Amino acid sequence: MSRPPFLAIGLLSACVLAYEVLLTRLFSIVLWHHFAYMIISAAMLGYGASGTLLTLLKEKIAAHFAAVYVIAATALAVLMPAAFLLAQQVPFNPLELLWDKTQPAKLLAVYLLMMLPFFCGGLGIGLVFAHFGKQSSRIYAFDILGAGVGSLGVIGVLFLVPPAQVLTVLTALALLAAAIAVVELKMRPKWLMELFLGLAVLAAVALPGMPVHLSPYKDLSQALNITGARVVEERSSPLGQITVVDNTRVPLRDAPGMSLNATSEPPPQLGVFVDGNGPSALTKFDGKLEPLAYLDQLTSALPYHVLASQELAPHKLGPHEVIWPRVLVLGAGAGSDVLQALYFGSAAVDAVELDRNVTDLVSQRFRDYAGNLYAQPGVHVYAAEARGFVNASRERYDLIQVALLDSFGTASAGLYGLSENYLYTVEALQTNLSRLTPGGMLAVTRWLTLPPRDALKLFATAVTALERSGVTDPSARLVMIRGWKTVTLLVKNSAFTAPEIAAIKEFSRTRSFDLAYYPGMRADEANRYNLLAQAYFFEGAVALLGQQRQDFIDQYKFYIEPATDDRPHFFRFFKWNSAAELFALREQGGMPLLDWSYPLLVATLVQAFAASVLLILAPLALSRCRRTLPSTPVALYFLAIGFAFMFMEIAFIQKFVLFLSHPLYAVAVVLCAFLVFAAAGSWLAGHWQNARWHATNKVTLAVIAMGAISLLYLAILPYLFQVLIHLPDAAKIIISVALIAPLAMCMGVPFPTAMMRLADTAEQAIPWAWAINGFASVVGAVLATLLAIHLGFAVVILLAVMFYGVACAALRGFA
Amino acid sequence: MERQLLGALNNKIMKRHFALSAFLFFCFVFPSQGVEFDAARHRMVEEVLSDAADTSASSGRAALSPSVIAAMEKVERHRFVPADLAAVAYLNRPLPIGYGQTISQPFIVALMTDLMRVKAGDRVLEIGTGSGYQAAVLAEIASSVYSIEIIEPLGREAGERLKSLGYRNVQTRVGDGYYGWPEAAPFDAIIVTAAASHVPPPLIKQLKPGGRMVIPLGTQFMTQYLMLVEKQQDGSVTNRQILPVAFVPLTGWH
Repeated sequence: MSRPPFLAIGLLSACVLAYEVLLTRLFSIVLWHHFAYMIISAAMLGYGASGTLLTLLKEKIAAHFAAVYVIAATALAVLMPAAFLLAQQVPFNPLELLWDKTQPAKLLAVYLLMMLPFFCGGLGIGLVFAHFGKQSSRIYAFDILGAGVGSLGVIGVLFLVPPAQVLTVLTALALLAAAIAVVELKMRPKWLMELFLGLAVLAAVALPGMPVHLSPYKDLSQALNITGARVVEERSSPLGQITVVDNTRVPLRDAPGMSLNATSEPPPQLGVFVDGNGPSALTKFDGKLEPLAYLDQLTSALPYHVLASQELAPHKLGPHEVIWPRVLVLGAGAGSDVLQALYFGSAAVDAVELDRNVTDLVSQRFRDYAGNLYAQPGVHVYAAEARGFVNASRERYDLIQVALLDSFGTASAGLYGLSENYLYTVEALQTNLSRLTPGGMLAVTRWLTLPPRDALKLFATAVTALERSGVTDPSARLVMIRGWKTVTLLVKNSAFTAPEIAAIKEFSRTRSFDLAYYPGMRADEANRYNLLAQAYFFEGAVALLGQQRQDFIDQYKFYIEPATDDRPHFFRFFKWNSAAELFALREQGGMPLLDWSYPLLVATLVQAFAASVLLILAPLALSRCRRTLPSTPVALYFLAIGFAFMFMEIAFIQKFVLFLSHPLYAVAVVLCAFLVFAAAGSWLAGHWQNARWHATNKVTLAVIAMGAISLLYLAILPYLFQVLIHLPDAAKIIISVALIAPLAMCMGVPFPTAMMRLADTAEQAIPWAWAINGFASVVGAVLATLLAIHLGFAVVILLAVMFYGVACAALRGFA
Repeated sequence: MERQLLGALNNKIMKRHFALSAFLFFCFVFPSQGVEFDAARHRMVEEVLSDAADTSASSGRAALSPSVIAAMEKVERHRFVPADLAAVAYLNRPLPIGYGQTISQPFIVALMTDLMRVKAGDRVLEIGTGSGYQAAVLAEIASSVYSIEIIEPLGREAGERLKSLGYRNVQTRVGDGYYGWPEAAPFDAIIVTAAASHVPPPLIKQLKPGGRMVIPLGTQFMTQYLMLVEKQQDGSVTNRQILPVAFVPLTGWH
């Protein structure tokens, strides 16, 4: 047994990474938020705990190396689907987190269950490293190559197979890894290989797709419970699981926030759900505009009335026809906003939707039902990410309409509190404004939340965007109205004129919508139709335009500081200052005002800390290793580089999401690049070992280079991205990889260099070094998300550099 | 197809579970707990009264009307929740009732009933029967309550429950609530607890001049705010949006 099982280790590593990416998809279908930080943390915990186990049972396992390895691979195969199935049986309901004291324990159960497959994967991989220590650089190469292929490959597979079925594919691959290991390790009896191969084929062919039970409180579950509901179409891709629901007995009738004065009702509609959220309406359209009258009764119809009040400028008239207005719909979904544009006679409509599966529903599968909407004269549909599309576009629009795609329930329950959104940042608004014609406007519609949160944050964001675009008097260019359920904000490229303001007043009055702000508005014009205890919206808007804007934002009990590309958490409204007051009021109606996603993140951090202490550090402290406690510099070093690596990785993933215009591809590309180049860095560090470079010098050099690169990137990336965003995707991916390569290579140096140093000077400290590093990775994954929300991703990167600096200083204590 | 089968199976299992635990509960546990339930309900009402007093500024109601308090004292909430949750039925919190639905927090039920200003002789329409608890509270005050549920098994169970509890002035129906209950219209008050993207125009039509409609907005377990739509004598409507919490976001800014 002289050769390590290279192929098996590569395949095993691919399975584990693919599983990690797959879980983020599965969790966003079953629950709401993507839970990525929790899954990364659970994965690290599994790896860390397996390292501790290996340390403790080294001698016992060594005698049965091959058998334990194959058992670990088989356990991974079984546990990947089993842990997910079991986790679904845990009645964890995030909506009850603050009502029900047992929910944190259920969350912990889910977290520990998700750790188990990673524990088995980590055990298998760690075992090979421990057993073939001298060949670790080649093992590492296969391990990392596998991880890279796994994280990218699963994205490809998700285009072909629904996520629940991918679980089965991964089970088959893990069994195949066991079969290959039998051959590579020359295990006996020989029929073992046939057995595992047979099981792998059986799993691939005979195992059914794992059932995915949506939370009963998700929009899709609720819609399917309604009498007469039936699923008429299902599609899946890495971007989301699409479900189309029809109900002829209790039709959908989606007309969000329709005026209470309206007498019309929507025509028949299909409900389009993405990952069980929604629905966005696919409306039956036969070319007649009369049945679409309800679209004029929504707050989002306001900009069309403003445009209609404008005198037609000569440049807007073509030789034969009026080419006006030209509309861009961001987030077109199943087409409601495109229908609205057509209803108002728009001559040209560009509709942008991220997921091609959604646009295909309208232009292919339900083309006749939708009246061939996306092929109407003047309508062009683009499958692209909204921000990337606007950045790359050179068109000018009279109206950019940002559609209301998230559902009221999820938005009002604070379910998006942790997610990044690059549509509502200061920079996004600035870019949109720069794509408008001189009299053009940007319209954003949001759900109404009380007390006001989204609306005021959006207003503050618009004020800042206008100021940064060099507008001296933003107050002249802003209008906000509110209905009983929606708020619409208009940001114009020039000052609103008197006829436009008259049109706004008339539109609002006839529909009983309230004026929240227009240039020159009097206080007694606010709060007339949908009466609030106080004119919160008007008062807030005025304060945000005044001298004491910052005081207002600071004193306001929700977080309404404008969102930026560096802190793109538009839906975070949680403020620690108000938390105690709201928590005390939780049973007196205060519960919905406490964003649940934020406490969930804090709960995850606490459990990550406790679990990693218990499963990674405590077993060592109780074993014979307690006699070989590491020195303070060693502990500090491995703690610091553990945090630093996680912080860098998570922050740069976010930075590249914006550039690659595609959240999922960005995660896969950046993760893969980080893994591969960090491995290359490790290899280089090992190579230098032979050249007798001193460890301290190597690490110091790497850290200085890393610090310099990070600072440079922080300074130039926003500009670089702006310039290069027009390039095709393939070029952007190559540029991203090239940018990450030097950084990741430097980051690959500190860990193996210090490990090799320890092997020479204090071998007994190695298990502790692994464990402490594992602990920092588990906690760091969650902590990075928490810090980014409060301080921004730039600060997270700076903190990472600082941690590397601390590590450098600590290294002098033991190297 | 597979999803529908799974859904049906799920419903079946849930129903059996519900029936079995209800049977066990009422045979063995319930008799000894009757007195305790009365005391718990009384405590719950006291809590509701205190919440209502705390939020009187935002709700615009100085105190709950005596008829609402009496109804809350009388209706046995533990009969409207799954048997395994009966022990916590009188906590002032929403509880799951299956099919992704909840029974509202007692404070919210009391506040909504109070805002509707229902009185003896009134005819009330409810869209979204749920467990039937809100209908029962309304039935203690109004002379007739009409309630429509869109989830078939839930509507059927609630109808049977209300009947077995002797609420003869409640009529239930399973189906689409969008067009209201034209045969029984017009109504003195309407409550729409089922989530809707807009207020169905037919419901506003079925409201009497001077009548009131209450709509809670939010999601299961979390009521964001309440809408109180009042129909004027001339047929026009006004709307008040009520935050059921004593929380001022703008302290110091007027």
